[in-house]
Amino acid sequence: MLSYIVRRLLWGLVIIWLVTLIVFFVIRLLPGDPLLIYLAQNQDINSMPREQIDALYREYGLDKPILVQYANWVFNLLRGDLGLSITYRQNVGKLMLERLPVTLHVGMTGFIVSLVPGVLVGLIAAMRRASWIDNVVTIISYTGIAIPVFWLAYILIYVFGLRLKWLPIAGYVSPFEDFWLSTKHLIMPVICISLPGIAATARQMRSSVLEIASQDYVRTAWSKGLAEKAVVCRHILKNSLIPIITLLGMRIGFIFGGSVIVENIFAIPGMGRLLVGSIFAQDYVVIQANALIMAVIIILSNLLVDISYGWFDPRIRYD
Amino acid sequence: MPEAKVIVAKEADVEPRINEWKRFCRVFLARKIIWLALFVIALLLFTAVFGPWLAPYKPNEQNLADSMAPPSRKHLLGTDRLGIDTFSRLIYGARTALIVGVATSFTSAIVGTLLGMVAGFMGGVVNTVIMRFMDALMGFPMIVLALLLAGVLGSGMLNIIIALTVANVPGYTRLMCGMTLSVKENDYIMAQRSIGSSSFRILAKHIFPNTLQPMVVMLTTSLGGIILAEASLSFLGIGIVPPDVAWGSMVADGYKYLQTNPILSFAPGICIMLVVFSFNIIGDGLRDALDPRLRGTL
Repeated sequence: MLSYIVRRLLWGLVIIWLVTLIVFFVIRLLPGDPLLIYLAQNQDINSMPREQIDALYREYGLDKPILVQYANWVFNLLRGDLGLSITYRQNVGKLMLERLPVTLHVGMTGFIVSLVPGVLVGLIAAMRRASWIDNVVTIISYTGIAIPVFWLAYILIYVFGLRLKWLPIAGYVSPFEDFWLSTKHLIMPVICISLPGIAATARQMRSSVLEIASQDYVRTAWSKGLAEKAVVCRHILKNSLIPIITLLGMRIGFIFGGSVIVENIFAIPGMGRLLVGSIFAQDYVVIQANALIMAVIIILSNLLVDISYGWFDPRIRYD
Repeated sequence: MPEAKVIVAKEADVEPRINEWKRFCRVFLARKIIWLALFVIALLLFTAVFGPWLAPYKPNEQNLADSMAPPSRKHLLGTDRLGIDTFSRLIYGARTALIVGVATSFTSAIVGTLLGMVAGFMGGVVNTVIMRFMDALMGFPMIVLALLLAGVLGSGMLNIIIALTVANVPGYTRLMCGMTLSVKENDYIMAQRSIGSSSFRILAKHIFPNTLQPMVVMLTTSLGGIILAEASLSFLGIGIVPPDVAWGSMVADGYKYLQTNPILSFAPGICIMLVVFSFNIIGDGLRDALDPRLRGTL
């Protein structure tokens, strides 16, 4: 078990290294020179003395060969220095520390909200297979997966924001400042992030329960006369939750994926909004750091899921 | 008792020995929802192909006199601020969605199949390099990876297809690598080796045909996800941009007029949802109908 964990962690490090390669070299293929684009937005480059531009190149290390730039970037990453944003003129690490908690607050709330309803709905649909409940759940979960998040957001904004005027349509308030207002701001984004999650969990849960329900030990449980509640809770539910754990690992990725869209619609100052903004501004330092942090969090949480399998399912042996 | 049912079904099947295709059709078409999905996809295909003849107006034809018109006989779904007919734009958007979806899923299937089969068949270092690289790509949420690439390549249909392809290749590669690894262990592959068949021949003639079924399922299911991703990119303004028409950017454009003319945003959203819904239903239906474990029970 321990050697398995160590091996997985080492592979995780290798994958993170590959991620740094992808992030760095893909973004450096950006057409145009990020520094010149930034300068052109703010002042007339032609009137700027050549030495001043060169000095800026040196400041950002852009005068060196690309491999040296990569080495410097990785070396600085290891020291915890994410670089200096070109547009914000600010340390990217600090910028990330402001943005990450916001994304996690919205995303994790959505994640937690999606858990229980998804599992419950899937379980009920499977236990009442081919009944009207099953049909309704199936159709709703397919719809939930197919619904474009941005469109759902607009419908919510239209109904609850513009027509009923119950909820604010944009913005973010820290829960430490004003908890009630913060929650009000959170409701619509959380619905948008959690609905696809609920739908996907319900669908996965349904097929998982159906598979477990046909196992020999479940038939034994029924035939020895256990009550439905005991069979469902102790034998079916517990075992059918195992595949759900994999799905949960994947949902961490969806939190960031969803944050890109949801944060842009509801004007939430998190990482997703920053990413889109910096892509438009071609601020490669911020794009690199942003994408890297997302990928590292996702890879680590998947690793955690893989390792926790043995704990949840003692039948799995690592060797 | 579930067991009794299986035996009965088997006996019924044995006698007329119906062919695989008929059995597949019977299982696949048994559910009513499949018919709805097939209808939506047929409609999508029809509008995508014959769009220019079906649409009453050109997709960018301005008519300022009819600005922000409500739905009427002249404009079925009304118009936007520039008097562009919403219904016509929806029809042209169908073409964009279908082209991006089909082109992306086929190119990623081809690239993923090649990479996955090579990784699974060669094993060793080749497998490690390819699969770890795919793991790294999968570390990014699909939309974020596509966003990065689209940001690098710029907007436009071809660039979006490339960006989404890269984001979709890892899934296919994983599937094909796994399939190749399991098919490789069969005796008939060993037999081919012993009569001196080349690796290429084994891969092309014996391994590839055995991986087709899961691939067809993945192709169909991924189409929905790709169309959704394209819509999201276009919505963010990084995907398909004007003058090209895309449902995603139509939703975004409608935001300013959400209060006065919500159809502008709502109509394209419904189209995206219906199409993605249908591809997912068909994909899952195919999976059930092709799954040998379910043979005889359905």
